[in-house]
Amino acid sequence: MNRRLLASLGLSPLVFAFSVVLIAPLTAAGQAQKAVAKAWSLPRTPDGKPDLQGFWTNNSYVPLERANNVTKEFYTKEEAAAAAKRSAERESEQTVPGTTGDVHYDFTQFALDRSQTRLTENLRTSIIVEPANGRMPPVTAEGKRRGDERAAARKQQGAQYDKVQNIVQGSRCIFQNAGPPMLPPGYNPAYQIVQGEGVVMILIENHHEARVIRTDGKATQAPSAVRAYLGNSVGRWEGDTLVVETTNFHENVAFRGASENMKVTERFSRVSDDEIKYEFTVNDPSTWEVPWKGIMPFVKIGGPVFEHACHEGNYGIANTLSAVRLEEKKAAEEAAKKAGGK
Amino acid sequence: MRIRLAGLTIVLTGLLLAEISILAQAGRGGAAQAPAYRAPRTKDGKPNLNGVWQAITEANWNIEPHSAAPGPMWQLGAAYAVPPGLGIVDGGSLPYKPDALAKKKQNFANRASQDPEAKCYLPGVPRAMYMPYPFQIIQSTDHIMVSFTYAGALRTIYMKKTEAPADSWMGWSNGRWEGETLVIDSDSFNDLSWFDRSGNYHSDKMKVVERITATGPDHLLYEATIDDPVVFTRPWKVSIPLYRRKESNAQILEFKCIEFSEDLIYGHLRKVPLK
Repeated sequence: MNRRLLASLGLSPLVFAFSVVLIAPLTAAGQAQKAVAKAWSLPRTPDGKPDLQGFWTNNSYVPLERANNVTKEFYTKEEAAAAAKRSAERESEQTVPGTTGDVHYDFTQFALDRSQTRLTENLRTSIIVEPANGRMPPVTAEGKRRGDERAAARKQQGAQYDKVQNIVQGSRCIFQNAGPPMLPPGYNPAYQIVQGEGVVMILIENHHEARVIRTDGKATQAPSAVRAYLGNSVGRWEGDTLVVETTNFHENVAFRGASENMKVTERFSRVSDDEIKYEFTVNDPSTWEVPWKGIMPFVKIGGPVFEHACHEGNYGIANTLSAVRLEEKKAAEEAAKKAGGK
Repeated sequence: MRIRLAGLTIVLTGLLLAEISILAQAGRGGAAQAPAYRAPRTKDGKPNLNGVWQAITEANWNIEPHSAAPGPMWQLGAAYAVPPGLGIVDGGSLPYKPDALAKKKQNFANRASQDPEAKCYLPGVPRAMYMPYPFQIIQSTDHIMVSFTYAGALRTIYMKKTEAPADSWMGWSNGRWEGETLVIDSDSFNDLSWFDRSGNYHSDKMKVVERITATGPDHLLYEATIDDPVVFTRPWKVSIPLYRRKESNAQILEFKCIEFSEDLIYGHLRKVPLK
C-alpha cells in the first residue's frame, strides 16, 4: 500500500489514516500471501526439521582476524574482489617451477588452490565479529604460560624431520581445520550434510571426517575422559536453527592455543536456497579473557564429495624423512672424509 | 450352513496359500533368509535402518572357518591371540584361483606389517561392516551414510544412481529399496584392502552386492555377494547378523588410528632408531 497506490485509489493520506484500521487485516494477509508466492521458503525434511542437506563449501579468502591496517567491518564489492585476488596470487606463487612449493604440489594444476573452487560471497574483512575489532581477544596469563610450556615441550622433541611425530598433524593427514569451529581448510573445502532420525551428519571432505551430531533431545556429552579431535557434539533445534555444543577436545587440538576445556557453540541457519549462515562462539576462560565469535557463510556446490584417502597416499612423509636421513648420512661421510684427510 | 462352510473354506484356503507363499520366499534365499518382519518406517516411508550397529563375529581375524591361533607377535601373549570362528562365507572356504591362493598365503605370512588395518588404512567393503567396532547408519532419502568407528571411515550410498569418478578404498555405492531390503551395488574399488587379518584379498575388478534387511527391532541381516573374476573362480557370499548397540548413549566415538600406525610405517626412517 504505497503512495502511488493511494493516489490511484483517489484517497488522500488523511482518508487512508482513517481507513487503515479497517483494511489492515485484509491488506496484511494479501501481502503475506504475495510474499510467500515470490520468496524462498525454508525446505524441511520429511520429519519437519529445517533441511540443511546437500553439498556445501566455506571456501574463502576472508581471514579469521582482521588485518592490522583495516578498520572497517565490511569491504565494498570491489575491495573484497581485490583482496581475494591478492590472496589468490600469493597461492599461485607456489607453482613457480623450481620452488619448494612446486616440488611438493602444483596447487593450481590439481585445483587445490582456493581460486578454482566456488568462493563464498562475503564482504566481511574478518571472520571474527566479536570482539568488535575483528581480532582474537587478549590471552590470559594461564594461556600464555601454557603456550610457552607447549613450545618448550615441542623443542624437546627435536627437529621437525627427526621422526614422523615431529611433523605437523595436517601433513600427517591426522587433522586440519576440521573444527569445530569449521574454518575454511585451504584446500578440499567441501562438506556434505545428511540428516537421519535424530541425527545430523556433517561429512568433511578433508581427511574424510564425519561429525555425527545427535539431535534427539536425549543425547548428553560423553564422559570427560573421552577426548576427540572433533570433540563430542550434542545438537538441538532452536526454532529453525541447529545449535551444536562441543566439548571434550583432545589435548592435541590446541585450537589457536586453547586448552582442552574449550567449548564451541555453533549455529547453523539456512537463510536461502544457496546459503547456510554459520555462527560460532569459542569459550575458554583459561585461554582468552572473553569468548570470541565468528560468522561466515556456507554456500552450495555440486556434489559428490570424493574419498580423501590422505594417509593412505601419503608418500610425502616417507620421501621427506628418507631424504633427510640421506642428507645426514652424506654429511657424516663428508665429515669423516675431512677428518681422515687431516 | 453350506454357504457358511464354503465361506470358511475360502478363508482357510486363503490362509494356506499365504503361508505357502511366505515359506516359498523364506526358502529362496536358503537358511539365512530374513523371516518376514516389517521394519518401522522413516517419515519418507522406507524401512528405518537408522542407528548404531555392530557385527558380533570373529570374521575380522579370518572370514573362513578357523581354529584358535597365536597372535602375530609372541610379545603380546594370549590377549591378542586369534579367537576361533565358524566363518561367514557360505560353503565355508573361498574359491581362490591357484595363483591368487599363493598371493593370499604370502599376505598371511606378512600380515603383521602388511595388513591395511595395521597401517590404519581405510578398510574397504565388506570388511568395514564386520570389524569389531560399531558403525552408524544415517538414513536420508537421497543419501544413506555409514559412519564407521575404525579410522573414521565413511561410505556414501547414493539412492539416485551416480557413477564413480575414480577407484577408491571404500568403492562407489548405489542403493535401492527392494521391499524390506536395502540393496547396494558397489564397484570401483582399488586393489589394496583386505577382507580380514588373514590376508584374504581382492582385485580392483571386485563388485559387491549387499542386501541389508531388518529381521527385528534390533537386528539386521547383512548379506554380501562378492564377484571378482581375477581372484576367485566364482562369486561367493557372506551372511552375518548386525546388532543394534542398545546403550542409551550409544554413539560413534572417534578412533583416529594414524598416530598408532606411524612407527610401523615410518619407524625405520627415524633419526634415532626405535629400540
